[in-house]
Amino acid sequence: MTDIPRTTSKAGNPVDKTGEPAVRVHNLTKEFPGGVRALDGVSFDVPRGELTSIIGPSGCGKTTTLKIIAGLVEATGGEVEVDGTPVHAPGPERAFVFQDFALMPWATVLRNAAFGLELRGVSRQEREAIARDYIAKVNLAGFEDAYPHQLSGGMRQRVGLARALAVDADILLMDEPFASVDEQIRRKFQEDLLRLLSDEDKTVIFVTHSIEEAVYVSDQVVILTRGPSRVSKVVRPGVDRDADSEHIRRSPTYLDWVERIWDELQDYLEK
Amino acid sequence: MELRGHRIPMFVSLLVWFALWEVFGRLEVVSLIPPFSEVVAALAVVVPSESFVEATTVTLQAFAIGMTMSLTVGIGLGMLMGRSPAVASVMGMWVNIFESSPLTAVVPALMALLGFGLPTMVVTVFLFSVWVIALDTQVGVERVNPSLVEMGRSFGASNRVLYSTIVIRAALPELLAGIRLGLIRGLKGVVIGQLLIAVVGVGYLFELYSRNFLMPEFWALLIILFAFAFLASEAVAYFERKVSFYASSR
Ligand SMILES: Nc1ncnc2c1ncn2[C@@H]1O[C@H](COP(=O)(O)OP(=O)(O)O)[C@@H](O)[C@H]1O
Ligand SMILES: [Mg+2]
Repeated sequence: MTDIPRTTSKAGNPVDKTGEPAVRVHNLTKEFPGGVRALDGVSFDVPRGELTSIIGPSGCGKTTTLKIIAGLVEATGGEVEVDGTPVHAPGPERAFVFQDFALMPWATVLRNAAFGLELRGVSRQEREAIARDYIAKVNLAGFEDAYPHQLSGGMRQRVGLARALAVDADILLMDEPFASVDEQIRRKFQEDLLRLLSDEDKTVIFVTHSIEEAVYVSDQVVILTRGPSRVSKVVRPGVDRDADSEHIRRSPTYLDWVERIWDELQDYLEK
Repeated sequence: MELRGHRIPMFVSLLVWFALWEVFGRLEVVSLIPPFSEVVAALAVVVPSESFVEATTVTLQAFAIGMTMSLTVGIGLGMLMGRSPAVASVMGMWVNIFESSPLTAVVPALMALLGFGLPTMVVTVFLFSVWVIALDTQVGVERVNPSLVEMGRSFGASNRVLYSTIVIRAALPELLAGIRLGLIRGLKGVVIGQLLIAVVGVGYLFELYSRNFLMPEFWALLIILFAFAFLASEAVAYFERKVSFYASSR
């Protein structure tokens, strides 16, 4: 892991040292056919039960990193350990939320939300009951029989989130889930996500290119840089989330961290 | 069709054409074209006749077997070409060549090889229809949103489940278009094959009617064929319309 500026971290937020990290990313490299080098030795740990963001300029390998962790893309070198075991394929302890939602256009909201369970062979009655529950939790009750093309982008992503929550995986991997949502709705989503996650004991890896979003939702932020694609810093903003969102977004800690991460990224962009 | 802003139902425009046909036939300008009423009368005679029932049975049998083969092979090959660039580059050129070549020329060679019976007709149907099904399936599979496939894999779908529940379903708009075109080509294939063989099925009847100058019967048979082709392709088109909404929203 790169340096954690613990001295500058204001609010408490002690690092959980009791357990192993949920995910350990060690020295990942990825070269795509045709010679595109997407990752040049990326390493970081993801503490259990926390939300870790990956942030960086576009094309720096955020999606590639997340898909390697998901087991959807094979790394060229390095290793991903989940609960101490190296992984090379998808597994039931990880669930993915896609940037473009990846909903089946021919299936209803209910079937889409239950699809992860359907693929795992859960009976229809059981999986639909679970899916209905999560559809309600993501505020889509009443839309069970709608089709994706009848929903707004934000609502579609809620279906994607319900599907990932329904399989009850310990680790949620989210690739810019709110990228195609308006700014106002986006803020509401961030709050909804935090509220949802507070009742679920999940480890979340959250890719974003918005510094504000990263600081607002994360316990830990992994800053990636481009050329070479490496981790430049891992920071723990430690924003006090018990306050209401307006308050948080105006608090000095929050603004300070936004500024700091901005500087960090700026340094690399100027080089 | 529209007239002064009013939509004219299809059967009305058909009636107009039939009336024109009737008049043209009665004028006896071309002996090849009898009045429409005579064709309708011939329909009533042809359809229950033993030779027609026999010819239809032979034809439908060859058509059904040939289409089953080309659907199986065409969809399978198309899916392989759509998912694997290696298969696409090895097979693509050949499939395209066959798709656009005048396969009628091959039928005499098939006859020499397979005789004058069912095998020749089945292979003709297959050769006429399989390529377009494979190509359209390939296009459909290539257009499947890659993140739908990743979604399936991330939730643990096996390859078999991935193809049967996600890839085929997502490729359905193009797949159905291919099946519709394949059905029409297969039907052309069976009739052309029989015409060249000239001793079996509907082809034999055409040969018989035209040689003996039974024009009403000849046209009656043609109308039945048209109607069959139209109904078969409309049946597929019905399903195509049902899935067309997601061709744009994948
Ligand atoms: N399948 C692929 N084939 C070739 N190059 C790819 C592929 N996927 C991503 N890349 C390249 O790898 C780099 C990192 O991509 P990505 O992980 O998507 O970045 P980010 O999500 O941070 O925007 C980019 O230069 C991109 O063009
Ligand atoms: Mg990305």
